Amino acid sequence: MKLIKKLAIASTIAMTAGGAFAESIIVQSTTSTANSGLYDYLLPIFEGETGIEVNVVAVGTGQAIGNAANCDGDVLLVHAKSAEEKFVAEGGGVMRTDLMYNDFVIVGPTEDPAGVNGTDDVQGAMAKIAETGAPFASRGDDSGTHKAELALWNSAGVDPKSASGDWYRETGSGMGATLNTGIGMGAYVLTDRATWISFENKQDYDIAVEGDTDLFNQYGVILVNPEKCPSVKAEEGQAFIDWLLSDEGQDAIAGYRINDQQLFFPNAPE
Amino acid sequence: MTETGAIVGAENLSLDIGGVRRLDDVSLRFEGGGVSVVMGPNGAGKTLLLRCLHGLQAPTSGRVTLDGATLTDRDRLRQAMVFQAPVLLRRSVAANVDFALKARGIHDADWRNACLARVGLLERAGDSARRLSGGQQQRLALARALATRPQVLFLDEPTASLDPASALTIETAITEIAGEGVRVILVTHDVAQARRLASDVAFFARGRLVERCDATRFFDAPHSGEAAAYLAGRYVL
Amino acid sequence: MAEAIALALGLVARGDADLFEIVLLSLRVSLTATAVACVLGLTLGAFLAVARFPGRGAALVALNALMGLPPVVVGLLVYLHLSRSGPLGFLGLLYTPTAMIVAQTVLITPIVAALSRQVIEDLHREYADQFRSLGLTRWQSMGALLWDGRFSLLTVAMAGFGRAVAEVGAVMIVGGNIDHLTRVMTTAIALETSKGDLPLALALGLVLMVIALGVNAGVQALRLPGERVAHA
Repeated sequence: MKLIKKLAIASTIAMTAGGAFAESIIVQSTTSTANSGLYDYLLPIFEGETGIEVNVVAVGTGQAIGNAANCDGDVLLVHAKSAEEKFVAEGGGVMRTDLMYNDFVIVGPTEDPAGVNGTDDVQGAMAKIAETGAPFASRGDDSGTHKAELALWNSAGVDPKSASGDWYRETGSGMGATLNTGIGMGAYVLTDRATWISFENKQDYDIAVEGDTDLFNQYGVILVNPEKCPSVKAEEGQAFIDWLLSDEGQDAIAGYRINDQQLFFPNAPE
Repeated sequence: MTETGAIVGAENLSLDIGGVRRLDDVSLRFEGGGVSVVMGPNGAGKTLLLRCLHGLQAPTSGRVTLDGATLTDRDRLRQAMVFQAPVLLRRSVAANVDFALKARGIHDADWRNACLARVGLLERAGDSARRLSGGQQQRLALARALATRPQVLFLDEPTASLDPASALTIETAITEIAGEGVRVILVTHDVAQARRLASDVAFFARGRLVERCDATRFFDAPHSGEAAAYLAGRYVL
Repeated sequence: MAEAIALALGLVARGDADLFEIVLLSLRVSLTATAVACVLGLTLGAFLAVARFPGRGAALVALNALMGLPPVVVGLLVYLHLSRSGPLGFLGLLYTPTAMIVAQTVLITPIVAALSRQVIEDLHREYADQFRSLGLTRWQSMGALLWDGRFSLLTVAMAGFGRAVAEVGAVMIVGGNIDHLTRVMTTAIALETSKGDLPLALALGLVLMVIALGVNAGVQALRLPGERVAHA
């Protein structure tokens, strides 16, 4: 019995030690921003200035919005404008503000089975992929990237769902996992540029399609509504948002580079 | 010898297992002094009788009594049993005896040591019980049974396949215990052992009580043909 | 593979602070979950081994089936309870190590209970008559069986620990894989895999296996001398 008592005490200690820090906020974010390493660069600057610790939960945009709707987070930082506006309209968030953008690209194998390399017409390229039946790996997870991809198929006049399991392959996982899977099966993949630049398992893949204005990828930031969710640390959360939107924060975003390439382009309203 | 020991009885005791009658309308009483021996060929129901008398097996009909009243769970605390294959805990020799005492809320190291000494195991007190030889294990099982100061002690072929020294230690202890007024009921196949120890005999065959009498009469002039054949080593099932 | 081994050795050799933080959290979470699961699971297992009641058969089938609970499902269930909008949201435990301990405890308690039930029931079959003869109560029997089965039960605990330390689905959902707060070995491996850094992911996997090996070896070292005395 003595042993059991010890175990009980040990587990109690472990549990209390797990309590949250006094000044810390939770940001529900997308995998693309987290995987690109942006937070590793930004957060130490912000934390150094304010002492507020920022904890990032990186999930797909759909799940991030769902978690924020359950009040599990203080700030939402995602990239699916219409879903974000819906979230705010339903009272989940206080206000949505444009923060920054990057762009999507379609990456593909060097042999280029659909013959789309070097084009800047995304709809044309996607129509060609569908026509030739070249494999295409989709996130299929209701993320911001997935939503953007579906909108592009729509405007290209292709219904990829009818080819699901054939040349259209939905991985149902995050950006990195989908890239790993897609590269493994020689499929084209729509990805945000930031993830692609920092991705380390490129093998013989390269960017096939880029530069179309329709590939523009806008990120927004939202404070979770403290009136709906009393647990929200409104003051600290707003401080983080204000900093991101300030000249200093915007400069910091612009200053994040990998391999001498800028990954995100700040565009907060003046 | 005393005549004041607990009286163990069975009244019209029958036991069916899997539709087969294993004990058939057994009525008998163990009273008086000395060691009572239960004998009979394989399948006679000797072990099952002991299990019923100790309350480990509920009879199909009839009843088991202790001092005339129907046996209850609490009564079992006045009894102890040594099984044919000793069941020892995975602990030291001393801890096995302590365990039986602790179950009754007793902690008494001196008494435990006395019990171990009685079966010649005191110097092995700290050893692992499971590493003892077969004879030592059975002696420990007997010491554990004695530690609970039972008024009734059941022994189910305790010396079967034991070394002679262990068998002798156990026989000596059995005689002493009976002399101290404990009701001892011993199942054995060993006719020579029965002759040495028994004061009275209950002889079973095929689940029925065939013969019940003093030891002297049983061994000199068995009443039934079955008992005579068994003693002569000619019993055929 | 060679690259991963070199990377793993490099991480360990230079005492990478992030790695040690993650390893320590993995151990803290999974060992605590194992301890709590043992208190709950061994009690339940011992009870089911010695008790006879109507519906026991169904309970055993259900318990055995629960051993196959997918970690993601456990994670979701715990998330729904600990979420701010869930019944236990007021505790503020989501995205803390405590939430991860809870999820892993839920995951492995059925494993500990089901396996220990089997171990104890086998032992009880051997001891039952002797225990009844000695007039033991059910609680006394359970205690004695747990103690006498301690070496087999240690293996049961290790099976639970192995499952806990290796799972990623539950801790990912309730912990959130937050750097320096709830990132453990398996979520770090998943993260590096999703970043496409497969050698680093594999290196972390190697470190995890070495840790599991170390814990098991430690338990074995404790066990051998004791086993010699008990001769189980």
